[in-house]
Order: sequence, then structure tokens, then C-alpha cells
Amino acid sequence: MTEQGATGPALSFRIETAGRGARAAAASACIILLALALLPAVAGRNLIQELIFLFYMLALAQCWNLLAGYAGLISVGQQAFVGLGGYLLFALTLLGGVNPLLAIPLAGLVSAMFALPTALIVFRLRGAYFAIGTWVVAEVYRLVFAQFKPLGGGTGTSLTPSITSSVPGIEWVKILLDLRAPAARDVLSYWVALALMTATLAFVYLILRSRRGLALGAIRDHETAAAGLGVDIYHIKLAVYVATAAMTGMIGALIYLQKARISPDAAFSVLDWTAYVIFITVIGGIGTMEGPVIGAIIFYLMQRYLADFGAWYLILLGTLGILVMLFAPKGLWGLVSERFDLTLFPTRRRLVAEGEDCHRA
Amino acid sequence: MTAWLDALIQGLLLGGLYALFAAGLSLIFGVMRLVNLAHGDLIVLAAFIILVVTDRFGLNPFVAVLIAAPILFLAGFALQHVLLNRTLGGDLLPPLLVTFGLSIIIQNGLLQIFSADSQRLRVGAIETASIPLGGGIAVGVVPLLTLLSAVAVIVLLNFIFYRTAIGRAFRGTSDDPEVAQLMGIDHQLIFAVAMGLAFVVITIAALYLGLRANFDPSIGPARLLYAFEAVIIGGLGSFWGTLAGGIVLGLAQTIGAQIDPEWQILAGHLAFLAVLAIRPRGLFPRAQD
Repeated sequence: MTEQGATGPALSFRIETAGRGARAAAASACIILLALALLPAVAGRNLIQELIFLFYMLALAQCWNLLAGYAGLISVGQQAFVGLGGYLLFALTLLGGVNPLLAIPLAGLVSAMFALPTALIVFRLRGAYFAIGTWVVAEVYRLVFAQFKPLGGGTGTSLTPSITSSVPGIEWVKILLDLRAPAARDVLSYWVALALMTATLAFVYLILRSRRGLALGAIRDHETAAAGLGVDIYHIKLAVYVATAAMTGMIGALIYLQKARISPDAAFSVLDWTAYVIFITVIGGIGTMEGPVIGAIIFYLMQRYLADFGAWYLILLGTLGILVMLFAPKGLWGLVSERFDLTLFPTRRRLVAEGEDCHRA
Repeated sequence: MTAWLDALIQGLLLGGLYALFAAGLSLIFGVMRLVNLAHGDLIVLAAFIILVVTDRFGLNPFVAVLIAAPILFLAGFALQHVLLNRTLGGDLLPPLLVTFGLSIIIQNGLLQIFSADSQRLRVGAIETASIPLGGGIAVGVVPLLTLLSAVAVIVLLNFIFYRTAIGRAFRGTSDDPEVAQLMGIDHQLIFAVAMGLAFVVITIAALYLGLRANFDPSIGPARLLYAFEAVIIGGLGSFWGTLAGGIVLGLAQTIGAQIDPEWQILAGHLAFLAVLAIRPRGLFPRAQD
């Protein structure tokens, strides 16, 4: 090996992303997605509603993870965009007469338009100050919508039945699955939630696999070093902030299409749309794509079996978050992936040496 | 015209309360660059502790503070020493998330123990007493005491920071913890003392929170935001700036309320965002970070 390694021709390198585990994961992800899409044919309405909740919490967590875990933008104010998306859906459908399914992407677009000027102000704050600054902005949004009388002001308003049943495809679902209108609406929301969650996962994955993603990973690992290597930190952060605001706004629109009732306190709730999302991401593992998936499933189970304990449940959640942060800062997925060297979403690039001696070894 | 003048005076006095909320936060920012998301909930927690001491021993809240303050000093010292010191180091996320978790634990713990009912600290006649200034304007004794206490706290903090040995240790650790360590300063201990001191300031803030209005377990986060806004408006690193920031916020809120009562809180937030847009480093900046 002595000569060959040194002269080089036999020893070359290639960059590998997907490992064996990841390919198996991709295949099983397709099967799981197909199974989830077909699930309404057999599942009851309760399960469908619970899964809608799981899907949108997972999508929100994935967005927050991109923001905080990769771009280093620790926002405690993402409820601003959930609430904004929800209110935009209500405004577009109730006041503008737009079809609800069309209103969801429109809500995302308008959320992005709001996010840009918001970013220009809150980006003046760094690090931890940024966190509280985003919270203030979310409060401003809440207070402004509480003043907006056409949508019920401080008490909020409801979608009319004519709007909730005007979702296209509802008649088709009613006939296909032999359901009543409310259950058929849930099934449609379920599919939209599944699509939105899948789109969020695909969106985050594609970003992380792109050139931008390489820059984001560099920012996550060491911001100053990344800047030194020529990463345009400000603009990448701005792009991530606006893009996640658009996704979060769409998710918010979907959440409130499903709930059919909105009020400023609920729509801009820091607990529901940010605290839970942060715990999901941190407990699962921040800065990885797998973490929020694991975290969302754990949160869903906790919510299902422990939510009746009210305040105690929240105390437990807070304690768990603190313990994970102190003793396993990479979260549960971090523990698993370190031990078994496993990746499900291959966003990392590995340098693999290949040469005769490598094959031999 | 009288109504507007009155609004300005009330805003100035309200600013005293916000400066008290902010002083503790400013102190922690200054010494250990820690952003404590549980700050507002800690103020509410301290108010409940004063309430319990008041009820249990039948004391006047002003006396109860003297008992509560040392207890809270120890609580702050222990919190920093046992928990928060572990989170400090290059990474931003651990201190933020741990204090955020703490905020949720305190809120729900208080809810579990004291229920969601509104509470108030009672001091008898002084609560409603006011001093007439003529022209139909009067200032309440409690709001006036709040502002005076805020000024006293700021003077005292400045004295501690710039005239005492522990203050020198605070400043040295703040400038460069490693060099301070080389000079024989145990920075973890210094941080714990700073947090203890911040908890004493929190106790004083809690007293006036409870005297001026009702409180319940859920109001902490809003107090955190006011405190934070006052610190940023005033500029990081200056206690007098924090007082000024509190007063700017108080004035913005009462002027907003004068236009429309529902705009009070919103006007305060908008003033903060305006300062951020025009003077991102605050009105009287001192620190770089």
C-alpha cells in the first residue's frame, strides 16, 4: 500500500450522503406515507383528528428546527405566524369569499410578506435578545387582531358552515367513504395536513441537501467560522426566517380551517404554538431532521395519556425539557444516532476514501 | 389638557414600576449575559411569597418584604449555582430553554398551589392615599413610592457595581470571565451572588406589583416583556438607561391609553419597536453586546 497511497491514482475520494440505513428509511417512509394516506378508509374519526394534530405539530416543529437548530434564530414568537395564517384564512374566506383550500397557500404567501418587514426589525436583536423580540412582535400581532372588529375583535369568530363545507372534494369523500359531512371534512383536513407535513419535511430536506443547506449546517456548527468561509449569514438567515414564516402561516391556516373557530388569545398562544414546539424539537433532538419526528411522536403520546393532569402535565414537560437540555443536549435522537451511527434523513455529507487498499480493508 | 398632563405624570410613575421589573433583568444581562425567560414569572412568584408571609404572620407587606428578600436571595443563589451555571458557555440555546422550562414550571406550580384567582397585597389606607398637586391632578402615594424605590434601587446597584469589591468582581467577570478567574475570582460564585442580588430586586419589584394591581399566576410573561423592553429601550449595560427605558415605556403606555384604553399595551410594544428601528442600541447604550 505504501506506494499506491502516496502516488494517488488508486486512492480517490467520493462524497457520500445516503448510507444503507437511509435508503431503507426512504423506502419505508414511502410505505408509511401510502399507509397513512389510505388510513381514513379504516380509521375512526377520533384517530383521524389526533393524527391531524400530530401532523401539524410535527410540521411546526420541523420549521422551528430549521430556524433555531440550523440558522441559529431562536424564536419564541412563531405563534405570530400560526395566528396570522389562521386569521388570514378567516379573512380570505369570510370577508373575501375565497375558497378555503386556495386560502391556505395564499395565507402562506401573505405571511411571508409580513415576515420580511418583521425580520428587518427583529434582526437588529442578536441571539437571546432576538428570542424575546420575536415574542414582542407576536404580542403586537395578537393585540392588533384583537382590535380588528370585522373578525370579532377580542372574542374572535367562527367559520360559517357554508364555508367549511365548501372545501372542494367533500362530496366525493362523503360518497367514497360513506361518511357524514363533518367526518368527511376531517378526512379532507387529514389529507391536507398529511400533504403539508410531507411537504414541510421535503422542503426542509431539500434545503439541507442543497448548497444553502451546507451553509446552514456551517452556521449551526460555528457561525463565525462560516462567515469566515464566505457564507452570507444575514441573507441566508433572512431567507430561512421568511420561508419558515410562510410554511408556519400555511400550517396555521390549516389548523384554523380544522378548528373552524378563532380568537386572538388562542391563535397567538405562546404555549400552544411555540412552547410545545420547542419541547418537541429539544426532547427529540435539535439540529437534526429526525429529532422533531421522534419528539412529535413522544409529545403526541404524552398529550394523549397525560394531558388530563393539566398543570402537572405542563410541569412535567418543563422539567423534561430542562433535563434533556442539561444531560442530553442533542436529544433522544442524538443518543440513538451516536450509539448506532444511524441517519434516516441523510443531510450530512461524508468523505469516503475508495482505493484498492480500502476495498481490501 | 389636564388629562394629558395627568397621563404624563401617571406614565412617569408607571415607568418606575417597569424600571423595577427591568433592573433585575439588566443586572443579570450585565454580569453573566444570561437572558432569563422566567424573569416575569419569578416576579409573580415573589409576589406570592410576600402574600404568604403577609397572611401567615399578619404582617404589613413592607415588613414581609424584609423576610422574603433574604429567602429569595438564597433561592436565586441556589438556582444559579445548581442549575443555571451549568447552562452558561458558548451556546445560546441551553440558558434560553432552561429558563423557558422554568417559566412554565413556575406558572403551573403557582396555578396548582394558589389557583387562577386574582390576588392583591393589602396595606390599608395608604393604598388609596394621594397627594394633590393642584389643578385637579393628584399622584398616588403607592405609585410615587414605586418610582422613588426604583431610583433608590438604581442608585444602590450603581453603588454596588462601581464602589465595592463585589461590584469590581461583577464587572471583571462580565468583561472577561477567564481573566477574572486568573485574578482569583470564582466566576461561578460571582454569578450566584449576582442572581441572589437580582432576586432581591425582583422581591422589591414584586411588592409594588402586588400593591399597585391584582396579580395571578398567568401574568409573568407580560412582565418579562415589559422588563425586556425597558432594558433594550434604555440601552444594555447602564442602570440609569434601564430607568429611562422603564419611563419611556410607561409614558408610551399611558399616552396610548389616553388615546384609546385598549391601546395601552400595544402602544408600549410599538414604542419599543420604534426605538429598535431608529436606535437599535437603545437610548443610552454602554455595553457592546
